[in-house]
Amino acid sequence: MADLDFKDRLERITVVCGHYGSGKTNFSLNLAIDMAKEKSKRITLVDLDIVNPYFRSSDYRELLENSGVHVIAPKYAGTNLDTPALSAEIDSVFCDENTQVIFDVGGDDAGAFALGRYSDKIKQENYSFIYLVNKYRNLTNTPETSVEILGEIMCACGLMPSYIVNNSHLQWETTAETILNAADYGEKIAELVNVPLLCTTAPDFLKDSERLAGYKLYYVRSIVRPPFYA
Amino acid sequence: MEDKFLMKGNEALAEAAIQAGCRHFFGYPITPQTELAAYMAKKMPKVGGTYLQAESELAAANMVLGAAGAGVRAMTSSSSPGISLKSEAISYMAGSDIPALIVNVQRGGPGLGGIQPSQSDYWQATRATGHGDFQILVFAPASVQEMVDLVGLAFDKGDEYRMPAMILADGMLGQMMEPVKFPEKSEQHLPDKPWACCGHQNKRKHNVLNSLFLSPSELENLIIERYKRYDIIKEKEQRWDEYMLDDADIVLVAYGASARVSHTAVDMAREQGIKAGLLRPITLWPYPNKAFEKLKDTAKAFISVEMSMGQMVDDVRLAVECRKPVYFTGRTGGKIPNPNEVLKKITEVEGTL
Repeated sequence: MADLDFKDRLERITVVCGHYGSGKTNFSLNLAIDMAKEKSKRITLVDLDIVNPYFRSSDYRELLENSGVHVIAPKYAGTNLDTPALSAEIDSVFCDENTQVIFDVGGDDAGAFALGRYSDKIKQENYSFIYLVNKYRNLTNTPETSVEILGEIMCACGLMPSYIVNNSHLQWETTAETILNAADYGEKIAELVNVPLLCTTAPDFLKDSERLAGYKLYYVRSIVRPPFYA
Repeated sequence: MEDKFLMKGNEALAEAAIQAGCRHFFGYPITPQTELAAYMAKKMPKVGGTYLQAESELAAANMVLGAAGAGVRAMTSSSSPGISLKSEAISYMAGSDIPALIVNVQRGGPGLGGIQPSQSDYWQATRATGHGDFQILVFAPASVQEMVDLVGLAFDKGDEYRMPAMILADGMLGQMMEPVKFPEKSEQHLPDKPWACCGHQNKRKHNVLNSLFLSPSELENLIIERYKRYDIIKEKEQRWDEYMLDDADIVLVAYGASARVSHTAVDMAREQGIKAGLLRPITLWPYPNKAFEKLKDTAKAFISVEMSMGQMVDDVRLAVECRKPVYFTGRTGGKIPNPNEVLKKITEVEGTL
């Protein structure tokens, strides 16, 4: 399904966009942590979400920093102040060529507007724009509805997509069939948008699944979840 | 598997309302419930419904009163400070016997408080969602799936008893994502509402929906009649869920997000050999007193676990008729207790037995 070394194909600046609730933050966290492990480069994760009050990448700052990932978050993220103020520090990533940057963008066009603020700077070099999709989100459960949302996101941020990431899952109810039944969905979106499918993800608890043994998948940890568990 | 979708609690509440036949939503944005209104804004025009963002919470709630008074399924949603603003209209609806759905995705209070999750509107929901002698039905989901299941029920029961019904959720449930399945779509038969003010067409006497009565004795009689209906509801509509209660010495009592944390804490306690269990009220009014009938004799202690300063503790005390000690543990101000904190309280109480 995907090139296992997909991380090497990403440009210095990678932006992750998608319909809200598709799993952008969980994917971005996994990507940042894995890249920090594998690469000698400094990895910076920019929490650009100005829409979501909860479940933000900067909520996991401790985990990220312990994994060697530098985090830049909106000034009031995680506080009771519902103010979408972006940090001036974000501009620093455009000056430091040795930093690999992942922008975790807020959902839909509403979230992508914040990215538009930086599009002129981003366009000055090569960038990777990942459109992350999940077949099991109710409003984007067909390739067509998913592409419609991508159009809205492109209008809001002024950037062109480079890759599709198929992040179809149903949280802990995900089975091998959940992944396999969504394979066409990811490929069809890549075909409609005319960009390559970068990778397909699966939760890491399916790592030993025999049904998935023949497929190249990016196994991700479930990091973003409510604090109900031990 | 493909009949299941991942949904955010707020979206699930909205979709469930549409599927329950609601075509009239009046709201005003507030974190952490805004996705509910946003979903309605997107979806209502596609199903021939009305989404209207009013100029204020007061206007939105009074639009619900008007629409529901005309006999349609109408709803509004908000978070704590917004519900305070809507409480006047809720009182008027209760006083006019008008059914409608009010969703409260609670955040920290009092005052403007904060945007993080809370359960500190328990008293407001169960005691005084406005002035006057009245109750509303209060349903407390603990998962995104249960949000879906309870929205339809809340509309149905509101219609059946002609009174406002509330879904009392919290920011965590509203914001989190879980897999959900919607019930099979069936031909919907919404109940007839012969009392509705929807035009008499010269075929019947005109209906009046009003909460103002010129004679005190007329008002008194009406309230007494209404309270007889409340007695029927208390008898018939108590709902709760049980987990590991059969041999439980220590019973945690928790609803909503606190119940999810408590569920984990019960498992942790059981691993240590402590006989803990969880009683999860699904209706907060009527309070599930029946659930305590056996437990008040068999259990040794109760712990109310809440995201408030302990607003449900008195209801637990009343339900166990003070036969057993009732303790409290929880967090407030937008904090969620973690399972270890709850376990610590369980161990502490175990030590007193």
